[in-house]
Amino acid sequence: MSTIKADVRRYIEENFLLGAGAVSPGDDDSFLEHQVLDSTGFLELVAHLEETYGFKIGDDEMVPENLDSLNAIEAFVQRKQQGVA
Amino acid sequence: MSALAFLPGPFVHSAFDARCLEVPDKTAVIVADRDVSYRELNERVNGVANALHAAGIGPGDRVVLLLDSGVDYVAGLHAVWRLGAVVVPLGPQTKAAKLAHVLADTGARALLTQASLATAWAAALADTPQAPLVWAQGDTDAQPWPQPTTTATAHAGPANPGDLAALIYTSGTTGVPKGVMLNHANMLAAWRAVQAYLHLRPDDVIGLALPPTFSYGLYHVLMGLGIGATLVLENTAAFPMRLLQRLAAQRVTVFPGVPALWASLLALDLSAHNLSALRLITNAAAALPAAHTAQLRERLPHARLLLMYGLTECMRASYLPHEEVDTRPESVGRGIPHQEHWLEDESGQRLPHGSTGELVVCGAHVSAGYWNAPAGQPSRLSPGPRPGENTLRTGDVFRSDADGWLYCVGRTDDMFKSRGEKVYPLEVEHAICELPGVREAAVTSTPDERLGLAVKAFVRLREGATLSEREIIRHCLARLESWMAPKTVAFVDELPLTESGKLRRRDLA
Repeated sequence: MSTIKADVRRYIEENFLLGAGAVSPGDDDSFLEHQVLDSTGFLELVAHLEETYGFKIGDDEMVPENLDSLNAIEAFVQRKQQGVA
Repeated sequence: MSALAFLPGPFVHSAFDARCLEVPDKTAVIVADRDVSYRELNERVNGVANALHAAGIGPGDRVVLLLDSGVDYVAGLHAVWRLGAVVVPLGPQTKAAKLAHVLADTGARALLTQASLATAWAAALADTPQAPLVWAQGDTDAQPWPQPTTTATAHAGPANPGDLAALIYTSGTTGVPKGVMLNHANMLAAWRAVQAYLHLRPDDVIGLALPPTFSYGLYHVLMGLGIGATLVLENTAAFPMRLLQRLAAQRVTVFPGVPALWASLLALDLSAHNLSALRLITNAAAALPAAHTAQLRERLPHARLLLMYGLTECMRASYLPHEEVDTRPESVGRGIPHQEHWLEDESGQRLPHGSTGELVVCGAHVSAGYWNAPAGQPSRLSPGPRPGENTLRTGDVFRSDADGWLYCVGRTDDMFKSRGEKVYPLEVEHAICELPGVREAAVTSTPDERLGLAVKAFVRLREGATLSEREIIRHCLARLESWMAPKTVAFVDELPLTESGKLRRRDLA
């Protein structure tokens, strides 16, 4: 797994995933559908990505296609890093 | 059909049943890109009702719905009502412990749920001695979600408007969630009173980004489908830009919100989206800051803005007429039609206009009580004064001016709202104290720009115990709905107590 996905997975496991039997989401699982993150959780995730990767995420980039799964986040972060997002 | 002449009844699902016959090809529900007609929705309701009926579910039985906002939840509600049974809606944030409590407390005979929530319901069922029958969407070991069907098997429905229609669980001072009992008559009385000022129309497109398992959202489902409008069910509250795009694309005409949602939308450029169809926007659940009210008036001037106040126990208790919102934006109005209300002091004396006291509400819309409430225990709810009516002590303290306009000034107890959701400190404290390393805990609120109020916990650990802030927060997230988990935890050597050993929450800093 890429370091981006590994980092985000660890961040989510440490801050949102909890209790006995909580299952870590698959790479393509929607965080919304699997109740992993709610609206406050997404805001905190965005703050974490900005701090970790040193870029700003605009309001218009806060959409499910960029943030709602590990695969989506990896692709989004890579695009931002390459300056093409 | 004229909206002004619209009188729903005799049961909560009666109007929806009539719409299915009158406007079968009209779009009832839109979820993502899928339009579901009244005909298709009716067939889904048939499917669920037939399956439950065949399994022996009937009048008076409690059915828990643990589902995302969507077509199956909406169909499930109406199927349960058609059978004369009682809906017990729980949001997808509900964790195993609370679900187990509700299943046991209600003696539920059926659970309608989904695969993605199996972590919660499988654990809850293992803890429920008389486990209900389970139907679940998706791939699970439970019975599969029933298929839609054109035919409805014959069955009894509710017999009287006094029959129970819903149990809505709400937190309370004891820290244990209680089910607010709502019969068909209560819900229809609330519906009529609200429709009298809300004026929902058959051509409305209602954008529902709120949880439809709580009173505010639930009534939009009921009232919207009852009048034959279109419901757009959104799970995009977490993505406000996407939500605005959807409101514009679907030409939404009615949009209810809570302060946290309005704050997230106001942070964006509303003028970049075509919201010209929006004719009615509302706020409830917590007070909208006057600055946000002013911004909404300025940036959405063509929409009527209604500031409202209510509780699960009566659905709604007051609204501010639109023409007053610019002159008294901090008021929630002077009540609703068909209701009596007044302010009381601590000794139960009614107060005149221009006083401050606890708001008491009375009417046919007020619940008769909490499910399984022990006899003789003091309750917010009491019968009368007239037959079919009940009285509710709201626990909210209001100031009224000389004309009776109401302004909320606080609570009589420790409850506060974070993100528009109720937080009872005692419920959170009980959860924290489940951790073996915790000796005592105290929970209070602190101002927060985004949340309104954030949850803060003070924890005293046992000798030799080590726990981190994160472990405590994680435990609360596993145990409680997310808005109840502390945002911060402070470790202290002692908690402020009264002489008799009771926690003095007000002295927490």
